[in-house]
Amino acid sequence: MDGFAWLFSMLIAGIGFLVVVYARYYMSEDDPVPRFFSFLLAFMGAMLGIVISGNVILLSVFWELTSIFSFLLISYWHNNAAARDGARMALTITGIGGFCLLIGLLLIGNIVGSYDLDKILAAGDVIRGHSLYVPALVFILLGALTKSAQFPFHFWLPNAMAAPTPVSAFLHSATMVKAGVFLLVRFWPALSGTYEWFYLVGLAGIVTLVLGAYFAMFQQDLKGLLAYSTISHLGLITTLLSLGSPLATVAAIFHMVNHATFKASLFMAAGIIDHETGTRDMRRLSGLFRYLPITGTLAMVASAAMAGVPLLNGFLSKEMFFAEAVETHADSILDRILPYVATLASAFSVAYSLRFIHTVFFGPPPVDLPKPKPHEPPRWMRFPIDLLVVACLIVGIIPAISIGPFLQTAVISVLGPDTPEYSLSIWHGVNLPLIMSAVALVGGALIYFALRKYLATCEDGPPILRNLKGQRIFERILVEVSWRWARTLERRFGTRNLQPQLRWVVATGFLAGLLPLYLSGFETRDIAFSGIDPAFAAIWLLGICLAFGTAYLAKYHRLAALVMLGGVGLIVCVTFVWLSAPDLAITQLLVEIVTTVLILLGLRWLPKRTEGLAESITLRARFRRFRDLALAVVCGIGMSFIAYAVMTMPVPDAIANYFLANAYSEGGGRNVVNVILVDFRGFDTLGEIAVLGVVALTVFALLRRFRPADDSMDLPEQQRIQNRFDEDRPERSAGDTVRDYLLVPSVIMTWLFPVIITFAVYIFMRGHDLPGGGFSAGLTLSIAFLLQYLAGGTRWAEDRIRILPLRWMGAGILTASATGIGAWFFGYPFLTSHFQYVELPLIGKMPAATALLFDLGVFSLVVGSTVLILVALAHQSIRINRLRAIDAARAEEG
Amino acid sequence: MELVLSTAIGVMTGCGVWLILRPRTYQVIVGLSLLSYAVNLFIFGVGGVKTNVPPILVDGVPTSVLADPVPQALVLTAIVIGFATTALFLVVLLASRGLTGTDHVDGRNEPK
Repeated sequence: MDGFAWLFSMLIAGIGFLVVVYARYYMSEDDPVPRFFSFLLAFMGAMLGIVISGNVILLSVFWELTSIFSFLLISYWHNNAAARDGARMALTITGIGGFCLLIGLLLIGNIVGSYDLDKILAAGDVIRGHSLYVPALVFILLGALTKSAQFPFHFWLPNAMAAPTPVSAFLHSATMVKAGVFLLVRFWPALSGTYEWFYLVGLAGIVTLVLGAYFAMFQQDLKGLLAYSTISHLGLITTLLSLGSPLATVAAIFHMVNHATFKASLFMAAGIIDHETGTRDMRRLSGLFRYLPITGTLAMVASAAMAGVPLLNGFLSKEMFFAEAVETHADSILDRILPYVATLASAFSVAYSLRFIHTVFFGPPPVDLPKPKPHEPPRWMRFPIDLLVVACLIVGIIPAISIGPFLQTAVISVLGPDTPEYSLSIWHGVNLPLIMSAVALVGGALIYFALRKYLATCEDGPPILRNLKGQRIFERILVEVSWRWARTLERRFGTRNLQPQLRWVVATGFLAGLLPLYLSGFETRDIAFSGIDPAFAAIWLLGICLAFGTAYLAKYHRLAALVMLGGVGLIVCVTFVWLSAPDLAITQLLVEIVTTVLILLGLRWLPKRTEGLAESITLRARFRRFRDLALAVVCGIGMSFIAYAVMTMPVPDAIANYFLANAYSEGGGRNVVNVILVDFRGFDTLGEIAVLGVVALTVFALLRRFRPADDSMDLPEQQRIQNRFDEDRPERSAGDTVRDYLLVPSVIMTWLFPVIITFAVYIFMRGHDLPGGGFSAGLTLSIAFLLQYLAGGTRWAEDRIRILPLRWMGAGILTASATGIGAWFFGYPFLTSHFQYVELPLIGKMPAATALLFDLGVFSLVVGSTVLILVALAHQSIRINRLRAIDAARAEEG
Repeated sequence: MELVLSTAIGVMTGCGVWLILRPRTYQVIVGLSLLSYAVNLFIFGVGGVKTNVPPILVDGVPTSVLADPVPQALVLTAIVIGFATTALFLVVLLASRGLTGTDHVDGRNEPK
């Protein structure tokens, strides 16, 4: 935090405090006040964040936050359409600006090699000399100019006046719009001083300065006048910054402070007038001085400051501006016309300030006000204005003593050693700036009295230009882009069908793989042909046949396809064994079993599909199939080539060596795969088991509400045949055959239960040193449970054994996390493992790593999830009986 | 070895792609399983195709001849996650079939 940031945060905090005091009296009792204050204070926090961030990325995050809170504050009265539209427009414009700013800051960070503000500011020459300077500058300026409502992005600010007045006073005069110029000052040492800077910033600033002041004269809404005046004053600051001279920057900083003081007080005064009379329309207001003498006086002083009347703070910075305008900085038309433009804009500003005061406070008493008897507001509602106006006076009369030291600190922190000599005093003798001021004051008064009659009755907005509204253009564009274009694109390219989407995904994937080959050419190098093991080739010949068979039969012969798919899986499993990956082979085998059972359970609920039914194959369908076949063939061939190329490439010296070298010394295990899973990459595994748990719960939840299609409600054909067989024979009762089915295998399966459990424990215990581990042990145990269900049926199994899969899952994830957290107590990062060998009686030396505990969690969760999924699916056969009973009862009633 | 393996990967990919472009949910789930075999083998193959090497640390054997553990660890998790997604997809297709009465991937037989 340097002097400039300090000055700005004082401004934000100080005016923020006054606005909060003011808002306490301004907000009506019907408004949800907690929401208002929480947004306002959150905004203040974000604003302070912008000002004191030392990292530019952080700065842009706070920048976006101010846009969001500004949106929420403008739309505070959200049942008002104008507030909603204004808020949306402000968010769109400043949001796009914020995004541009982020791009610009990333470019700058890229140029400098650091996102540290200090380093960026110190690297001004590097940035200005870089080829990316212009794009970076343009993006940053887009951010700053949209935020500060500079032409051509100025139109959102008047629309934002639908916000409650305290918000306008705080956000849209004193702070948020100042963020843009704050940013310009902040990056002034790094970016300014080039022709691009001068033209881009200067043009925007000068146009905004004049147009804003011109528009302000013709507003009928008090807050509209102040909004355009704010735009114009921000244009003045921007113009000063464009000049690239240190003295102009001093003036810019000084004017920021001055403008915040008088404009905040004027907004509050406008709020009081609105509050007391019920309207802000200047055509209806008049002669209020007799009702609001104190507020009137305060408003007069503040608007005199805005007009730049001597003895007030606005005069001082305006004089500095004139002095800078007269100086020649970069010889060009823009620079030469600046003195005249400055005087003209200043005259406009005198005119609108005069109008503000004269229309509202003087003239005949008002007639037909919404609230008939205006009176002075409560003491504390006016207190913030008192304070601000006194500040205007003090700074205006004794600038060197009051604001001088603060300004000096701020200026030095921006300009560093280049800080120029400047004098803050009221009287510099009769010189050109003083004459310009005098011309502006007299000219402004003349303009006002010339236009007075017209202004008293005219429509809102300046003549001719009132028809050309930035807001209209913006809304047209918005409708065009977000409605017409979006709809057209959706109609052209969107589809709700899955197949075209997948086709595009696959085709894009294929092209993405092909493109690099096409661009850089396919290098054919000597590939050592390592020969073919005939046995390996033979099993894969079988595997390939099975894969084709699966693809061919999946439509009409689901069971056959499933068996073949299982066959392919087994061959993959054999491949893993062959290629020295026993861990994978074990896991693949177990998963294969579980998946097959799972799909078998699901097959029951799919519709019957018999081959050869009159399915007329249209030409389109034929074409579609041919296209899919072509896509499948090219993808397959491409994948083959890539796989062959990758596998014959020499394996680079990769991270594997690190794991191999450290698995034993740091993880305490010889099975490197397991050590990677539970130790080195334990956090990934924790995430993975969490996913597994989430999937299991989702499956469970989906199946609770599952209702099969009507044609799946009947008993399966096989069961019907068996039952009929039972009914035909008097010695058998119904269901006997089902029960006797596979009697011998079921006895074996029942007896295998303890064996498999022991096997699971064995796989688990040896996991750290030999192939095995939590995953495979968990799957093994769940297969043990599964076999009991298969052997005896769901009811039989559940009568004898109560598995609580949810508990297993919960225990698993808790154990794994607790193991990870345990490391914290010993001062290590999350999931650091510890190991040692312990001597156990009978068994002998055992590795006892905390990773083993983690693996226990994995084990438990895998058991729980797998069993939960399978049991939930198996239970559907029982549920369907209930559903059938309900249906039957309904049919009887009906 | 590499030739056989890469041909197999290609065939499984082709069959998988063909199946996931079919209109029936069951074809898609089988296709996804085939694709996941292919992808798993591919990732595994990235670590080099080595036969008859020790997969675990053995005293006296230099680590350079060992099988690459990183792709193995990756594939191991991929297999388990693959199981989870297959289960989820299966249940979603059953629910969709129960709700819409059809096993077409779009939930209706005739595409609009």
